This record gives sequence, structure tokens and C-alpha cells, in this order.
Amino acid sequence: MTQANAEIVTNQSGSTLPVTSKDKKSKHIRSWGNWVALILLILGAVIMLFPLLILAMNAFKTIGDYNATGPLSLPAHPTMSGITSFWVSSNFPMKFVNSLVISLAVAVMGVVLSVLNSFALGIGRVKGNQWIILLIMLANMLPQESLLYPLYTIFKDIGLYNTQLSIIIIFTVIQSAYGTYLLSAVYGTFPQAILEAASIDGANRWQVLRKIVLPISWPTISVLFVFFFVWTWNEYMIPMAFLMDDSVQTVPLALATIQGQHTMDATTLAAASLLSIIPTIIFYVIFQRKLNQGIVAGAVK
Amino acid sequence: MSQGASSKKSTASRLPGNKSTKFIPYLIPGILSLAVIIIVPFIWNIYLSFTRWRGVGPVRFVGLRNWQRLIGDATFWKSFINSFWIIVAIVVIPTILGLLISSVLTDVIQKKFNSGSASFIRALYYLPQLLPVAVASIIMGWIFRPDDGAFNALLQKIGLGSLQHNWLGDPGSALPVLMFILIWIQLGYPIVIFMSGLQRVDPELYEAASLDGANWWQKFRVVTLPSIIPELLVVILTATIGALKTFGPVYLLTKGGPGTSTIVPSYYSYNQFFQLHQVGYGAAISTALTIVIIVFSVVFTLIQGRVEKNMD
Repeated sequence: MTQANAEIVTNQSGSTLPVTSKDKKSKHIRSWGNWVALILLILGAVIMLFPLLILAMNAFKTIGDYNATGPLSLPAHPTMSGITSFWVSSNFPMKFVNSLVISLAVAVMGVVLSVLNSFALGIGRVKGNQWIILLIMLANMLPQESLLYPLYTIFKDIGLYNTQLSIIIIFTVIQSAYGTYLLSAVYGTFPQAILEAASIDGANRWQVLRKIVLPISWPTISVLFVFFFVWTWNEYMIPMAFLMDDSVQTVPLALATIQGQHTMDATTLAAASLLSIIPTIIFYVIFQRKLNQGIVAGAVK
Repeated sequence: MSQGASSKKSTASRLPGNKSTKFIPYLIPGILSLAVIIIVPFIWNIYLSFTRWRGVGPVRFVGLRNWQRLIGDATFWKSFINSFWIIVAIVVIPTILGLLISSVLTDVIQKKFNSGSASFIRALYYLPQLLPVAVASIIMGWIFRPDDGAFNALLQKIGLGSLQHNWLGDPGSALPVLMFILIWIQLGYPIVIFMSGLQRVDPELYEAASLDGANWWQKFRVVTLPSIIPELLVVILTATIGALKTFGPVYLLTKGGPGTSTIVPSYYSYNQFFQLHQVGYGAAISTALTIVIIVFSVVFTLIQGRVEKNMD
């Protein structure tokens, strides 16, 4: 689901939503229907938010508190103990750094691979480019479990099983499939006049790529970078199968591990979940402007 | 998958004076790594579906035996029936709700109130999409905990205590609750994409429709819907592939159970691979799933191409 769902990410700053002068004129006339629509939408948003609000409320409760008054009351004796206990027991800083290293490496290498592929397919128009793109898209279509045994055997043989490098290599290829699909469509419509001017100036292919294509397509490339980063951060199945040692695992794996312990009490699990989503929320805030541009780049094609 | 780069017969690239064959070196890293990480494992997995293997020791070729077993396996068919319900939860319901919500947000909230509140509401709906699927699943599993979960507590509080239930542990409710969780995770995706598509629509079309006395539903049908067909198709394609591949929520919430009530193909093959060490049979299940995904993607892309051509 992650591949599909993170395709377009957006922001809450409203900068994407232009307001024309006409809108302003008709703004004052609000019918009952308009208000009903607003109230229904807010009601829906509350339902969407409810699980996260309840989670945040219980992350700061003591287990005694929880047992006495249940999950719906505010914490009577707010405590950080759930948060700190997960922080320490899972070695959260280490998991965070692991996730960061893997996601950054995949984002950088995935973008490089997407650009090289797309330059050859979109601008180079290598023969059979449509079929090659379809072949590359296999990486997105295959269910990941079908790759697990063969990849396990390959990485075990070359001694990279249970290393972060194995995850980095696998996801660089998987993410760059989407990158190639998107970017080769963009390069297929790259302004012809600019390419002609470059060839008159005698630039060779490598120079054209570096000095002309790269700078002009930089907005799309940076959007891909953010997508790859977030998608890789969120991956679960392959990291679970490939990262056996605690010292190499990622944030989602750390949470899944404690969830698997059935004795886990409700407040600790809430605190751990809350801590696990904080990095994601922070990225969202940092990247939101960039992601915003992704709407235009990613929505169609 | 329809591409801007049209495949002309000539071998000229878009860069004047450069033959397209000169660009092949740029493809080498991509194709080589694709071969090692995707193509070889893909073919290898197909081969494994014709073998009997415990994951260690010798691999024994058994011909079509796994495939024969597959056809008679009720659990396998059950997993695809469940896939249908997962598609309802990930594609059908979020797409319909997403169309309504995004058009009301664009059409009513953004115009009659202000764009700030439209963006803010959109961000709230989008929030679950940001979370890693594993984390989102664990959070919802926590809400639906049978003994001390928030949902049962809420029912108690509003006087519906008699409805309290082991939501994910009862064969009657596990699949509907799983579907609800998937809808919660997915809903933000179509909303955000449809809203970005709707920003393209010329406001004068709405004004003209209003002057003609069209009501909201008529405007939705005549103006809104046709203008975001490209986005609609992208959402349906990507979400359906995602739905067919669903694994994380099932693995983390129900393990396919109780019984086989929430089993899906991905989890079933994972289970054969890693719990039962029936690698050959697991490979047959995942190959079958792969075929379904590829056939769906190709057919859908052909339809997509035709629809987009008709629109031009």
C-alpha cells in the first residue's frame, strides 16, 4: 500500500489553493447547505483524528490510571514513563539513526538511478523504451513476499544478509522503478528547443544531462527524493525478513516487536506508538512545501 | 503507464545529432540492478512454484503438483474472496467518499468559507496516510483491543455496552473491522489527489452551470467528475495494486484469522514460506497473485489509454 498511497503528499498551508477575486464576492452568501457540509466534514475529520487523540491521551498515563478510569479519560497523573521506557528498551535513538541512514541512502541512490534511466528512456529514446519501462515497473507490481526467498539466498551468498546495505540495495531498485516511470514521462516532454540549443553549442550527452536536464528537472527530482525517503522509512515486510539483529533494525520494526509481546500493557504500547509517529510528523512539517509541488508532478503520470 | 515518450521507429534521440543507441550506457546500472534484484528473483520464484523445498536442503522438482493443489485449496480461494473485500475497503469506498469530500472541500468550503480551512480539513483526513502502515495498524489494533480497548470503552460510555465485542478476534466481525481500519488508513489518498486535480477546473464552468440552474449533484456529475478522470484512473490503478498486495495490516492485526476469515494471498504465501516452510507452495501462491496483478495492470492501462484518447 505504501507505494501507491504516498504518491502524492500535500501540505496544510493552503498555498496550493488559489482564491480568485470572484470567490471573495460570493463568500458572504452561505446557505444552510454550506454549513451542513462544513459540519459533516468536521465530524468526519474528528472520526479520522479520534484514534490518534486517544492514543496521545493514553501515552502519558500510568497503568494504574488506565486500569482505574479506562482509555477515555484524561491522564490524572501525567507521566513520561511509557515514553522513556520504550526509548530505553528499544534503544530508540539507534533505531532512529538506522531508519535515517537507510532512507537517506535509498533516496539519494534511487534518485540517481531514476535520472540515469529516464535520461536514456525519455531523452535518449532507446529502442523499446515503452517495454523497458513496463519491465522496470515489475518492481512495483510484484508482491514483495515473492522476492523474499530468492533475495534471501542471494544476499546470504554474498554475505550481506542482516545488513542495512541489503535493504538499501533492494529499495533503491524498487523505488527507482516509480522514479523512472514518472521522470521518463517528464523527460519525454522536455522542451525540444533547449535540447537543440545545447547540441548547437556542442555539448555532449553527459554535459547535457548535468548542465541542462538536471537543473531544469530539479523540482521533480527533489519531490522524488522526498517520496523515496518517506516510503523507505515506512517499509515493513522486507526489513522484517532481512534485519534480524536489534542493532540494525528500523523504527517500525521496533514498534512491531513490542506489539508482539502479548503482555505489553496498553499505556506502554500507546506511548511507543506515539513516539514512533513523531519522526513522520516532523518530516511532514519539514518537507511539506516540497511535497506540495509533488501534487503537480505526481498526480497524473 | 501511458508514456509521453512516443516510440518512433527512427533511432534518433530527442537530442539532435545523437543516436539513441549512444544512450544505452546510461541504462546499464539500472537494468543490471533490476536484473539482480527483481528479474532473477521473479523467475526464480516461478521456478520454485514447480518444486518441493523446505527452505534448506535439496530442491526437488515436482512439476505441476503445487498448482494442482492450489486449484483444490479452499483457503487459497478464500484468500482471493477476501481480496475482493479488501479492494472494496481500499479502492471502492475511499474513492467514492474521496470524490464527495474533495468536491465539497473545493466547491463549498474553499469558495464559501476559506481555502485555509479547506487545506486544514484535508490535512486531518490525510494524517493516517503519513504513518507507516505497520504503525497505523498497531494503533488501530490498540483501539480495538478486546479487554481494555478504547472502542469498547466508548460503547460502554454511550450506553451501548451490550455491543462490546472482541472485534478482531470474532470470525463474524474481524473482516468488517479490518476493512474499517483500511478505509481509515486509505481515505486521505484519493482526497488529496482529487483536490489537486480539481484545482485545474475552470471556475467559470461552475458559474455557467450555476447560471443554468444546476444543483450541486448536477454540477458534480457534469463538471467535477469528467474533469478529474485522469486522477480517478490513477487512484483506481495504484490503490487496486496496493489492495491486492495487502500484507502488513493482516499480519499485524489478525494473522489471517480467526480461522481463515481475514486471510489474503500475500499473508497466505508468507505463512507457507516462513511458518510452514512449504517454499514451493508459497511460491505458487505468490506467482498466482503476481499474475493477477500483472493482468489487471495491463488491462487497466489499455483501458486508461483508450479513455484518455477519447478525452482529447
